[in-house]
Amino acid sequence: MTTSEANAVTTPLTAIENVERPQVEDLLFLEAQLLDEWRLDDWLELYTEDARYVIPATDTPNGDPNRDLVLIDDDRPRMQSRVDRLNSRKAHREYPHSNTRHMVTNVQLGACERGVLPVTAAFAVFRFRQGKSVYYVGRYLLELTVADGRLRIQSKRVELDLTALRPNYDVAIIL
Amino acid sequence: VETYRGFVFLSFDPDIVDLETYLAGAKEYLDLVIDGASGDIEIIKGTHEYGMAANWKLLVENSIDGYHAAPLHSTYFQYLASVGTDISAGITGVGLDLGNGHAVVEGDAPWGRPIANWEPSFGAEAKEAIEQIRADLVAKHGEELTHRMANTSRNLLIYPNLIINDIMAVTVRTFMPTAPDRTEITAWQLAPRTELPLLRERRLDNFLTFLGPGGFATPDDIEALEACQSGFNSGGIEWNDVSRGMARTPQQSDEEQMRTFWRRWSEQIETESSTQRRSK
Repeated sequence: MTTSEANAVTTPLTAIENVERPQVEDLLFLEAQLLDEWRLDDWLELYTEDARYVIPATDTPNGDPNRDLVLIDDDRPRMQSRVDRLNSRKAHREYPHSNTRHMVTNVQLGACERGVLPVTAAFAVFRFRQGKSVYYVGRYLLELTVADGRLRIQSKRVELDLTALRPNYDVAIIL
Repeated sequence: VETYRGFVFLSFDPDIVDLETYLAGAKEYLDLVIDGASGDIEIIKGTHEYGMAANWKLLVENSIDGYHAAPLHSTYFQYLASVGTDISAGITGVGLDLGNGHAVVEGDAPWGRPIANWEPSFGAEAKEAIEQIRADLVAKHGEELTHRMANTSRNLLIYPNLIINDIMAVTVRTFMPTAPDRTEITAWQLAPRTELPLLRERRLDNFLTFLGPGGFATPDDIEALEACQSGFNSGGIEWNDVSRGMARTPQQSDEEQMRTFWRRWSEQIETESSTQRRSK
Protein backbone atom coordinates (compact mmCIF):
# COMPACT_ATOMS: atom_id res chain seq x y z
CA MET A 1 0.00 0.00 0.00
CA THR A 2 1.41 3.40 -0.96
CA THR A 3 1.45 6.32 1.45
CA SER A 4 -1.40 8.11 -0.31
CA GLU A 5 -3.40 4.90 -0.38
CA ALA A 6 -2.79 4.31 3.32
CA ASN A 7 -3.66 7.88 4.23
CA ALA A 8 -6.79 8.01 2.14
CA VAL A 9 -8.04 4.66 3.33
CA THR A 10 -7.08 4.54 6.99
CA THR A 11 -7.22 8.06 8.41
CA PRO A 12 -10.67 8.38 10.01
CA LEU A 13 -12.37 11.69 9.41
CA THR A 14 -15.29 13.21 11.16
CA ALA A 15 -15.90 16.59 9.54
CA ILE A 16 -15.30 17.77 6.00
CA GLU A 17 -14.57 21.23 7.41
CA ASN A 18 -11.28 19.92 8.88
CA VAL A 19 -10.00 18.49 5.61
CA GLU A 20 -6.87 20.15 4.25
CA ARG A 21 -5.13 20.05 0.91
CA PRO A 22 -2.73 17.16 1.65
CA GLN A 23 -5.67 14.88 2.40
CA VAL A 24 -7.41 15.93 -0.80
CA GLU A 25 -4.22 15.37 -2.76
CA ASP A 26 -3.80 11.92 -1.22
CA LEU A 27 -7.28 11.04 -2.42
CA LEU A 28 -6.73 12.39 -5.94
CA PHE A 29 -3.31 10.74 -6.25
CA LEU A 30 -4.82 7.47 -5.10
CA GLU A 31 -7.59 7.81 -7.66
CA ALA A 32 -4.98 8.39 -10.39
CA GLN A 33 -3.03 5.36 -9.24
CA LEU A 34 -6.06 3.06 -9.17
CA LEU A 35 -7.10 4.15 -12.65
CA ASP A 36 -3.59 3.67 -14.04
CA GLU A 37 -3.42 0.21 -12.45
CA TRP A 38 -6.89 -0.62 -13.83
CA ARG A 39 -8.16 -1.39 -10.31
CA LEU A 40 -11.56 -0.08 -11.25
CA ASP A 41 -13.56 -1.79 -8.50
CA ASP A 42 -11.28 -0.12 -5.94
CA TRP A 43 -11.62 3.16 -7.87
CA LEU A 44 -15.40 3.06 -7.54
CA GLU A 45 -15.06 2.72 -3.76
CA LEU A 46 -13.66 6.28 -3.67
CA TYR A 47 -17.12 7.55 -4.66
CA THR A 48 -20.26 8.02 -2.60
CA GLU A 49 -23.41 6.01 -3.33
CA ASP A 50 -25.06 9.08 -4.88
CA ALA A 51 -22.00 10.05 -6.97
CA ARG A 52 -22.06 11.51 -10.45
CA TYR A 53 -19.33 11.50 -13.10
CA VAL A 54 -19.75 13.96 -15.99
CA ILE A 55 -17.69 14.98 -19.01
CA PRO A 56 -19.25 17.85 -21.01
CA ALA A 57 -18.90 18.00 -24.80
CA THR A 58 -15.75 19.69 -26.09
CA ASP A 59 -17.75 22.53 -27.69
CA THR A 60 -19.95 23.08 -24.60
CA PRO A 61 -17.67 22.98 -21.53
CA ASN A 62 -20.41 24.53 -19.38
CA GLY A 63 -22.96 21.97 -20.61
CA ASP A 64 -25.71 20.85 -18.24
CA PRO A 65 -26.04 17.05 -18.42
CA ASN A 66 -29.77 17.29 -17.59
CA ARG A 67 -30.46 19.36 -20.67
CA ASP A 68 -27.51 19.32 -23.07
CA LEU A 69 -25.61 16.62 -24.92
CA VAL A 70 -22.46 15.74 -22.99
CA LEU A 71 -19.86 13.03 -23.51
CA ILE A 72 -20.47 11.15 -20.27
CA ASP A 73 -23.18 11.49 -17.62
CA ASP A 74 -22.96 8.58 -15.18
CA ASP A 75 -24.81 8.23 -11.92
CA ARG A 76 -23.41 5.67 -9.49
CA PRO A 77 -25.22 2.66 -11.07
CA ARG A 78 -23.91 3.66 -14.50
CA MET A 79 -20.41 4.15 -13.09
CA GLN A 80 -20.74 0.54 -11.90
CA SER A 81 -21.89 -0.51 -15.41
CA ARG A 82 -18.93 1.33 -16.92
CA VAL A 83 -16.56 -0.49 -14.58
CA ASP A 84 -18.21 -3.86 -15.29
CA ARG A 85 -17.91 -3.18 -19.01
CA LEU A 86 -14.25 -2.16 -18.82
CA ASN A 87 -13.48 -5.20 -16.64
CA SER A 88 -14.91 -7.54 -19.26
CA ARG A 89 -13.10 -8.86 -22.30
CA LYS A 90 -15.94 -7.57 -24.50
CA ALA A 91 -15.14 -3.85 -24.19
CA HIS A 92 -13.18 -4.18 -27.41
CA ARG A 93 -11.80 -0.66 -27.44
CA GLU A 94 -10.17 -1.36 -24.10
CA TYR A 95 -9.28 -5.03 -24.41
CA PRO A 96 -6.38 -5.17 -24.04
CA HIS A 97 -6.35 -2.06 -21.86
CA SER A 98 -4.51 1.13 -22.76
CA ASN A 99 -1.50 2.13 -20.71
CA THR A 100 -2.59 5.32 -19.03
CA ARG A 101 -0.94 7.90 -16.78
CA HIS A 102 -3.21 10.26 -14.87
CA MET A 103 -1.39 13.39 -13.63
CA VAL A 104 -3.19 15.62 -11.10
CA THR A 105 -1.88 19.00 -9.99
CA ASN A 106 -2.83 22.61 -9.08
CA VAL A 107 -5.20 21.33 -6.43
CA GLN A 108 -7.29 24.15 -4.96
CA LEU A 109 -9.86 23.89 -2.19
CA GLY A 110 -12.95 26.07 -2.20
CA ALA A 111 -15.14 27.02 0.74
CA CYS A 112 -16.94 24.17 2.43
CA GLU A 113 -20.70 24.40 2.29
CA ARG A 114 -23.34 22.07 3.73
CA GLY A 115 -20.85 19.25 4.18
CA VAL A 116 -19.49 19.48 0.65
CA LEU A 117 -15.97 20.63 -0.18
CA PRO A 118 -15.51 21.94 -3.73
CA VAL A 119 -12.10 21.24 -5.23
CA THR A 120 -10.57 22.11 -8.59
CA ALA A 121 -7.46 20.48 -10.03
CA ALA A 122 -5.63 20.44 -13.34
CA PHE A 123 -5.07 17.09 -15.01
CA ALA A 124 -3.29 15.51 -17.94
CA VAL A 125 -4.05 11.94 -18.93
CA PHE A 126 -1.83 10.12 -21.41
CA ARG A 127 -3.14 7.02 -23.17
CA PHE A 128 -1.05 4.58 -25.18
CA ARG A 129 -2.33 1.57 -27.07
CA GLN A 130 -1.26 -0.35 -30.15
CA GLY A 131 1.31 2.25 -31.17
CA LYS A 132 -1.12 5.15 -30.80
CA SER A 133 -0.55 7.97 -28.31
CA VAL A 134 -3.25 10.40 -27.24
CA TYR A 135 -3.67 12.79 -24.36
CA TYR A 136 -6.50 14.52 -22.51
CA VAL A 137 -5.92 17.80 -20.69
CA GLY A 138 -8.32 19.89 -18.64
CA ARG A 139 -9.57 20.47 -15.14
CA TYR A 140 -11.45 18.44 -12.61
CA LEU A 141 -14.28 20.05 -10.69
CA LEU A 142 -14.89 17.88 -7.69
CA GLU A 143 -17.24 17.82 -4.75
CA LEU A 144 -15.89 15.92 -1.79
CA THR A 145 -17.67 14.81 1.31
CA VAL A 146 -17.08 12.63 4.35
CA ALA A 147 -18.97 9.35 4.28
CA ASP A 148 -18.45 6.54 6.81
CA GLY A 149 -15.48 8.42 8.25
CA ARG A 150 -13.71 8.67 4.91
CA LEU A 151 -13.15 11.38 2.39
CA ARG A 152 -15.16 10.48 -0.70
CA ILE A 153 -15.95 11.97 -4.10
CA GLN A 154 -19.58 12.90 -4.57
CA SER A 155 -19.23 14.55 -7.94
CA LYS A 156 -16.54 14.67 -10.59
CA ARG A 157 -16.88 16.90 -13.61
CA VAL A 158 -14.13 16.70 -16.22
CA GLU A 159 -13.88 19.83 -18.37
CA LEU A 160 -11.57 19.21 -21.30
CA ASP A 161 -9.33 21.92 -22.74
CA LEU A 162 -9.38 20.03 -26.05
CA THR A 163 -11.55 21.74 -28.65
CA ALA A 164 -12.49 18.40 -30.24
CA LEU A 165 -11.64 14.72 -29.74
CA ARG A 166 -10.18 14.60 -33.23
CA PRO A 167 -6.78 13.23 -32.41
CA ASN A 168 -8.16 11.35 -29.42
CA TYR A 169 -10.77 9.10 -31.07
CA ASP A 170 -12.90 8.53 -27.96
CA VAL A 171 -13.08 8.60 -24.17
CA ALA A 172 -13.39 4.86 -23.58
CA ILE A 173 -11.02 5.17 -20.60
CA ILE A 174 -12.00 6.85 -17.32
CA LEU A 175 -10.47 10.33 -17.02
CA VAL B 1 -27.88 24.95 -50.85
CA GLU B 2 -31.41 23.74 -50.16
CA THR B 3 -33.28 22.82 -46.99
CA TYR B 4 -35.81 20.16 -46.14
CA ARG B 5 -37.70 20.49 -42.83
CA GLY B 6 -34.78 22.23 -41.19
CA PHE B 7 -32.01 20.06 -42.62
CA VAL B 8 -29.60 22.04 -44.78
CA PHE B 9 -27.99 20.23 -47.72
CA LEU B 10 -25.08 21.47 -49.79
CA SER B 11 -23.78 20.17 -53.11
CA PHE B 12 -20.90 21.36 -55.27
CA ASP B 13 -22.23 19.47 -58.31
CA PRO B 14 -23.34 22.03 -60.94
CA ASP B 15 -25.79 19.43 -62.32
CA ILE B 16 -27.32 18.54 -58.95
CA VAL B 17 -31.05 17.80 -59.03
CA ASP B 18 -33.44 19.60 -56.68
CA LEU B 19 -33.34 18.39 -53.08
CA GLU B 20 -36.64 16.50 -52.95
CA THR B 21 -35.74 14.61 -56.12
CA TYR B 22 -32.32 13.89 -54.64
CA LEU B 23 -33.78 12.62 -51.37
CA ALA B 24 -36.03 10.18 -53.27
CA GLY B 25 -37.32 7.46 -50.91
CA ALA B 26 -35.31 8.87 -48.00
CA LYS B 27 -37.79 11.75 -47.71
CA GLU B 28 -40.47 9.49 -46.23
CA TYR B 29 -38.03 8.32 -43.55
CA LEU B 30 -36.90 11.85 -42.70
CA ASP B 31 -40.59 12.73 -42.30
CA LEU B 32 -41.11 9.70 -40.08
CA VAL B 33 -38.22 10.69 -37.76
CA ILE B 34 -39.29 14.34 -37.60
CA ASP B 35 -43.05 13.72 -37.22
CA GLY B 36 -42.38 10.99 -34.66
CA ALA B 37 -40.44 13.58 -32.65
CA SER B 38 -43.58 15.78 -32.54
CA GLY B 39 -42.78 17.53 -35.85
CA ASP B 40 -41.17 20.42 -33.97
CA ILE B 41 -37.57 19.40 -33.52
CA GLU B 42 -34.25 20.81 -32.40
CA ILE B 43 -30.61 19.81 -32.27
CA ILE B 44 -29.67 19.69 -28.59
CA LYS B 45 -26.76 21.89 -27.54
CA GLY B 46 -23.46 19.96 -27.31
CA THR B 47 -21.60 18.22 -30.12
CA HIS B 48 -19.67 14.98 -30.29
CA GLU B 49 -16.57 15.69 -32.35
CA TYR B 50 -14.38 12.61 -32.58
CA GLY B 51 -12.47 10.54 -35.07
CA MET B 52 -11.19 7.19 -36.19
CA ALA B 53 -8.21 5.79 -38.05
CA ALA B 54 -10.28 4.11 -40.75
CA ASN B 55 -11.81 4.87 -44.14
CA TRP B 56 -15.06 6.86 -44.05
CA LYS B 57 -16.96 4.25 -46.09
CA LEU B 58 -16.49 1.75 -43.27
CA LEU B 59 -18.48 4.08 -41.02
CA VAL B 60 -21.28 4.18 -43.62
CA GLU B 61 -21.43 0.39 -43.49
CA ASN B 62 -21.26 0.32 -39.70
CA SER B 63 -23.93 3.00 -39.22
CA ILE B 64 -26.55 1.09 -41.20
CA ASP B 65 -25.43 -2.43 -40.45
CA GLY B 66 -28.13 -4.63 -38.97
CA TYR B 67 -26.23 -7.58 -37.56
CA HIS B 68 -23.16 -6.36 -35.73
CA ALA B 69 -25.05 -4.94 -32.75
CA ALA B 70 -25.63 -8.13 -30.75
CA PRO B 71 -22.10 -9.60 -31.01
CA LEU B 72 -20.05 -6.36 -31.00
CA HIS B 73 -22.09 -4.52 -28.40
CA SER B 74 -22.71 -7.36 -25.96
CA THR B 75 -21.57 -5.09 -23.09
CA TYR B 76 -24.34 -2.62 -24.02
CA PHE B 77 -27.00 -5.33 -24.16
CA GLN B 78 -25.74 -6.59 -20.82
CA TYR B 79 -26.23 -3.07 -19.48
CA LEU B 80 -29.79 -2.99 -20.90
CA ALA B 81 -30.55 -6.34 -19.26
CA SER B 82 -29.14 -5.04 -15.96
CA VAL B 83 -31.58 -2.11 -15.96
CA GLY B 84 -34.51 -4.43 -16.65
CA THR B 85 -34.96 -4.22 -20.43
CA ASP B 86 -36.30 -7.38 -22.07
CA ILE B 87 -34.03 -7.88 -25.07
CA SER B 88 -35.02 -11.48 -25.77
CA ALA B 89 -36.94 -10.55 -28.93
CA GLY B 90 -33.76 -9.30 -30.64
CA ILE B 91 -33.85 -7.06 -33.69
CA THR B 92 -35.92 -8.04 -36.70
CA GLY B 93 -36.92 -5.95 -39.69
CA VAL B 94 -36.12 -5.01 -43.27
CA GLY B 95 -33.34 -3.41 -45.31
CA LEU B 96 -34.38 -1.10 -48.16
CA ASP B 97 -32.85 0.66 -51.16
CA LEU B 98 -34.37 4.18 -51.12
CA GLY B 99 -32.87 5.33 -54.43
CA ASN B 100 -29.88 7.60 -55.27
CA GLY B 101 -27.66 5.64 -52.89
CA HIS B 102 -29.87 6.26 -49.83
CA ALA B 103 -30.79 3.25 -47.73
CA VAL B 104 -32.42 2.27 -44.46
CA VAL B 105 -32.74 -0.64 -42.09
CA GLU B 106 -35.91 -0.60 -40.04
CA GLY B 107 -36.97 -3.03 -37.36
CA ASP B 108 -38.65 -3.66 -34.02
CA ALA B 109 -36.85 -1.80 -31.26
CA PRO B 110 -35.49 -3.99 -28.46
CA TRP B 111 -34.85 -0.87 -26.36
CA GLY B 112 -37.13 1.74 -24.84
CA ARG B 113 -37.71 4.89 -26.91
CA PRO B 114 -38.65 8.26 -25.45
CA ILE B 115 -41.07 8.49 -28.37
CA ALA B 116 -43.83 6.43 -26.94
CA ASN B 117 -42.11 3.13 -26.16
CA TRP B 118 -41.98 2.98 -22.38
CA GLU B 119 -39.37 0.89 -20.66
CA PRO B 120 -39.08 -0.08 -16.94
CA SER B 121 -35.80 1.85 -16.58
CA PHE B 122 -37.62 5.07 -17.57
CA GLY B 123 -39.46 4.91 -14.24
CA ALA B 124 -43.18 4.81 -13.43
CA GLU B 125 -43.60 8.59 -13.57
CA ALA B 126 -42.57 8.65 -17.24
CA LYS B 127 -45.18 6.06 -18.17
CA GLU B 128 -48.16 8.38 -18.16
CA ALA B 129 -46.33 11.05 -20.16
CA ILE B 130 -45.31 8.52 -22.78
CA GLU B 131 -48.84 7.14 -23.04
CA GLN B 132 -50.04 10.70 -23.67
CA ILE B 133 -47.44 11.21 -26.44
CA ARG B 134 -48.56 7.97 -28.02
CA ALA B 135 -52.23 8.98 -27.89
CA ASP B 136 -51.36 12.32 -29.53
CA LEU B 137 -49.40 10.56 -32.28
CA VAL B 138 -52.27 8.14 -32.95
CA ALA B 139 -54.73 11.05 -33.19
CA LYS B 140 -52.45 12.81 -35.66
CA HIS B 141 -50.97 9.99 -37.72
CA GLY B 142 -53.12 6.86 -37.10
CA GLU B 143 -52.23 3.61 -35.38
CA GLU B 144 -50.06 2.12 -38.11
CA LEU B 145 -47.69 5.06 -38.56
CA THR B 146 -47.59 5.59 -34.80
CA HIS B 147 -46.45 1.99 -34.34
CA ARG B 148 -43.56 2.64 -36.72
CA MET B 149 -42.67 5.93 -35.04
CA ALA B 150 -42.85 4.57 -31.52
CA ASN B 151 -41.95 0.89 -31.63
CA THR B 152 -39.51 0.54 -34.50
CA SER B 153 -35.98 1.81 -34.95
CA ARG B 154 -34.40 2.94 -38.18
CA ASN B 155 -30.84 3.54 -39.34
CA LEU B 156 -31.00 5.88 -42.32
CA LEU B 157 -28.23 6.76 -44.75
CA ILE B 158 -28.67 9.84 -46.90
CA TYR B 159 -25.98 9.34 -49.50
CA PRO B 160 -23.10 9.92 -49.22
CA ASN B 161 -22.28 10.91 -45.63
CA LEU B 162 -25.35 11.77 -43.55
CA ILE B 163 -26.63 9.25 -41.03
CA ILE B 164 -29.83 9.68 -39.06
CA ASN B 165 -30.22 6.84 -36.60
CA ASP B 166 -33.59 6.87 -34.88
CA ILE B 167 -32.80 4.14 -32.37
CA MET B 168 -32.89 4.43 -28.53
CA ALA B 169 -32.51 8.18 -29.17
CA VAL B 170 -32.01 10.10 -32.42
CA THR B 171 -28.49 10.86 -33.61
CA VAL B 172 -27.58 12.93 -36.64
CA ARG B 173 -24.08 12.10 -37.76
CA THR B 174 -21.85 13.24 -40.58
CA PHE B 175 -18.23 12.54 -41.35
CA MET B 176 -15.42 13.79 -43.53
CA PRO B 177 -12.36 11.87 -44.65
CA THR B 178 -9.09 13.72 -44.04
CA ALA B 179 -7.02 10.82 -45.43
CA PRO B 180 -7.82 7.37 -46.88
CA ASP B 181 -7.47 5.91 -43.39
CA ARG B 182 -8.60 8.85 -41.27
CA THR B 183 -12.12 10.18 -40.67
CA GLU B 184 -13.45 13.07 -38.63
CA ILE B 185 -16.89 12.34 -37.19
CA THR B 186 -19.39 14.91 -35.93
CA ALA B 187 -22.59 13.84 -34.22
CA TRP B 188 -25.53 15.67 -32.73
CA GLN B 189 -28.71 14.72 -30.92
CA LEU B 190 -32.13 15.49 -32.35
CA ALA B 191 -35.13 15.80 -30.04
CA PRO B 192 -38.61 17.31 -29.82
CA ARG B 193 -38.22 21.03 -29.13
CA THR B 194 -40.71 20.98 -26.30
CA GLU B 195 -40.16 17.84 -24.29
CA LEU B 196 -40.93 17.18 -20.64
CA PRO B 197 -37.65 17.51 -18.67
CA LEU B 198 -38.26 14.01 -17.30
CA LEU B 199 -38.39 12.51 -20.80
CA ARG B 200 -35.51 14.65 -22.02
CA GLU B 201 -33.38 13.16 -19.25
CA ARG B 202 -34.38 9.62 -20.23
CA ARG B 203 -33.57 10.49 -23.85
CA LEU B 204 -30.14 11.87 -22.93
CA ASP B 205 -29.42 8.76 -20.83
CA ASN B 206 -30.53 6.51 -23.68
CA PHE B 207 -28.27 8.34 -26.10
CA LEU B 208 -25.18 8.45 -23.93
CA THR B 209 -25.22 4.86 -22.73
CA PHE B 210 -24.97 3.63 -26.33
CA LEU B 211 -23.75 6.50 -28.48
CA GLY B 212 -20.77 8.78 -28.68
CA PRO B 213 -17.10 8.65 -27.82
CA GLY B 214 -17.86 7.98 -24.14
CA GLY B 215 -20.78 5.58 -24.72
CA PHE B 216 -20.90 1.84 -24.05
CA ALA B 217 -20.98 1.03 -27.79
CA THR B 218 -19.43 3.64 -30.11
CA PRO B 219 -15.81 3.13 -28.91
CA ASP B 220 -16.12 -0.55 -29.81
CA ASP B 221 -17.42 0.37 -33.27
CA ILE B 222 -14.30 2.51 -33.75
CA GLU B 223 -12.15 -0.41 -32.63
CA ALA B 224 -13.86 -2.77 -35.09
CA LEU B 225 -13.56 -0.35 -38.01
CA GLU B 226 -9.90 0.33 -37.31
CA ALA B 227 -9.33 -3.43 -37.18
CA CYS B 228 -11.03 -3.71 -40.61
CA GLN B 229 -8.78 -0.93 -41.89
CA SER B 230 -5.71 -2.82 -40.68
CA GLY B 231 -7.02 -5.88 -42.48
CA PHE B 232 -7.50 -3.96 -45.73
CA ASN B 233 -4.03 -2.43 -45.34
CA SER B 234 -2.54 -5.92 -45.25
CA GLY B 235 -2.93 -5.94 -49.03
CA GLY B 236 -4.25 -9.48 -49.24
CA ILE B 237 -7.93 -8.59 -49.50
CA GLU B 238 -9.47 -8.18 -52.94
CA TRP B 239 -13.16 -8.34 -52.12
CA ASN B 240 -15.48 -7.27 -49.35
CA ASP B 241 -18.43 -9.66 -49.54
CA VAL B 242 -21.76 -7.88 -49.01
CA SER B 243 -23.96 -10.41 -50.79
CA ARG B 244 -26.03 -11.45 -47.80
CA GLY B 245 -29.74 -11.46 -48.64
CA MET B 246 -29.38 -11.07 -52.41
CA ALA B 247 -31.59 -14.07 -53.06
CA ARG B 248 -34.49 -13.07 -50.79
CA THR B 249 -36.49 -10.08 -49.66
CA PRO B 250 -33.72 -8.28 -47.75
CA GLN B 251 -34.01 -8.48 -43.98
CA GLN B 252 -32.67 -6.03 -41.45
CA SER B 253 -29.72 -8.38 -40.92
CA ASP B 254 -28.94 -8.57 -44.65
CA GLU B 255 -26.68 -6.31 -46.69
CA GLU B 256 -29.04 -4.71 -49.20
CA GLN B 257 -28.47 -1.28 -47.61
CA MET B 258 -24.70 -1.64 -48.04
CA ARG B 259 -25.05 -2.75 -51.64
CA THR B 260 -27.22 0.32 -52.26
CA PHE B 261 -24.45 2.59 -51.00
CA TRP B 262 -21.64 0.80 -52.81
CA ARG B 263 -23.55 0.61 -56.14
CA ARG B 264 -24.08 4.36 -56.14
CA TRP B 265 -20.49 5.02 -55.04
CA SER B 266 -19.17 2.71 -57.73
CA GLU B 267 -21.45 4.32 -60.33
CA GLN B 268 -20.13 7.79 -59.47
CA ILE B 269 -16.47 7.08 -58.80
CA GLU B 270 -15.76 4.31 -61.25
CA THR B 271 -17.78 5.78 -64.11
CA GLU B 272 -16.19 9.18 -63.63
CA SER B 273 -12.66 7.82 -63.45
CA SER B 274 -13.21 5.65 -66.52
CA THR B 275 -14.56 8.74 -68.37
CA GLN B 276 -11.46 10.63 -67.32
CA ARG B 277 -9.26 7.78 -68.49
CA ARG B 278 -10.98 7.73 -71.88
CA SER B 279 -10.60 11.46 -72.35
CA LYS B 280 -6.84 11.25 -71.77
